[in-house]
Amino acid sequence: MQELVNIFVKGIFIENMIFAYFLGMCSYLAVSKTVKTGVGLGAAVIFVLGVTVPINYLLENYLLKEGALVWLGEEYATVDLSFLSFIMFIAVIASMVQLVEMIVEKFSPALYGALGIFLPLIAVNCSILGGALFMQERQYSTIWEATSFGLGSGVGWLLAIVAIAAIREKIKYSHVPPALRGLGITFILTGLMGIAFMSFMGIEL
Amino acid sequence: MAEAIAVKEKEPLFSKKNRQLLIDPLDDHNPITVQVLGICSALAITTQVKNAVVMTLSVLVVLMLGNVIVSLLRNAIPDRIRIIVQLVVVAALVILVDQVLKAFVYDVSKQLSVFVGLIITNCIIMGRLEAFALANKPWPSFLDGIGNGIGYGIILVMVAVVRELFGSGKLFGIELLGNAAEKTGLYGMGYMNNNMVILPPMALIIVGIIIWIQRSRNTKLIETN
Repeated sequence: MQELVNIFVKGIFIENMIFAYFLGMCSYLAVSKTVKTGVGLGAAVIFVLGVTVPINYLLENYLLKEGALVWLGEEYATVDLSFLSFIMFIAVIASMVQLVEMIVEKFSPALYGALGIFLPLIAVNCSILGGALFMQERQYSTIWEATSFGLGSGVGWLLAIVAIAAIREKIKYSHVPPALRGLGITFILTGLMGIAFMSFMGIEL
Repeated sequence: MAEAIAVKEKEPLFSKKNRQLLIDPLDDHNPITVQVLGICSALAITTQVKNAVVMTLSVLVVLMLGNVIVSLLRNAIPDRIRIIVQLVVVAALVILVDQVLKAFVYDVSKQLSVFVGLIITNCIIMGRLEAFALANKPWPSFLDGIGNGIGYGIILVMVAVVRELFGSGKLFGIELLGNAAEKTGLYGMGYMNNNMVILPPMALIIVGIIIWIQRSRNTKLIETN
């Protein structure tokens, strides 16, 4: 249990998707103009990460990894399909996002309207595929660890986008040099926030 | 700017409009600093110029071929599932690139780690497929792919040069400023590497400064808000 909490907290702070790995930057920069849209997209990212990382974990361990096909019979023990992992992961993510879109549209039209275009855009959010690839690289031992990692990374992403959106709402009233306005200052702010988040790096969990 | 010279030799294929496709993404529509595409992988791998060059070439190949393939298929792809179709085309190309890198430059491939795989979701590729290849013929799409790949590469290499030169005193792994451990060259005079530049957040700040310089020069890019 403690291990699960550790992975969760690590995903939020120490291995924050945005500030430590720069994953999901494109939508982070594009959607962070107001806090409201930021929260909506962040929630959707948590959900999709929390669902796709465990699914991809099962795929990785029962289909793709060397020796993963052993449940089919002894002669499959040496089959290594890991070169197919990109295409499998992205197929799972794309279909999950499509599924989430349909479910949200059916059961909560209000939320669907609020998220709008950002919902399908999650399919190409690097942090989702990044989550799957990090899961593969770090070789978590149980599906619960993988789920905990997925949810933690999602919460970290939400935290990051809400923080930058709040700053951007305020910075409208400041005197930023004209050439830095908008994109430029957002980059520099994210860099400074990244430096702040680096203070978590020394923490061992 | 070698492309600009090559363009003039084969005039018929390169009409003025087509040349614009190649040159526009280098400055006015730069994928990173203006369209805000492909930031994700761009920042994490720029600690060394070599990695940046390998990454640029990989993205260039995937973007070029992906644009042509999607452009050829553009009338056959149903609108509702186009994202999945595009992802499959891109994923297949990325797997090819990944295997080639593993075979020929294994150490670089190891350093790039998950970021080669992330070319699939690199917004620059999906962005150009959506915005250009789906609506244009294969030849202009091909040029658009090259132009955007190079525009992406320029920024990547600029960031990498700053980070490698000031962070570890090297360029392409060659010790330009002398050896830090043996105190030769500049280090003999008390120069120190700035380890801060190697850290990931500085990449963002360097891109921010590049945007600042670019928009000060090219004032029509300034955002009004």
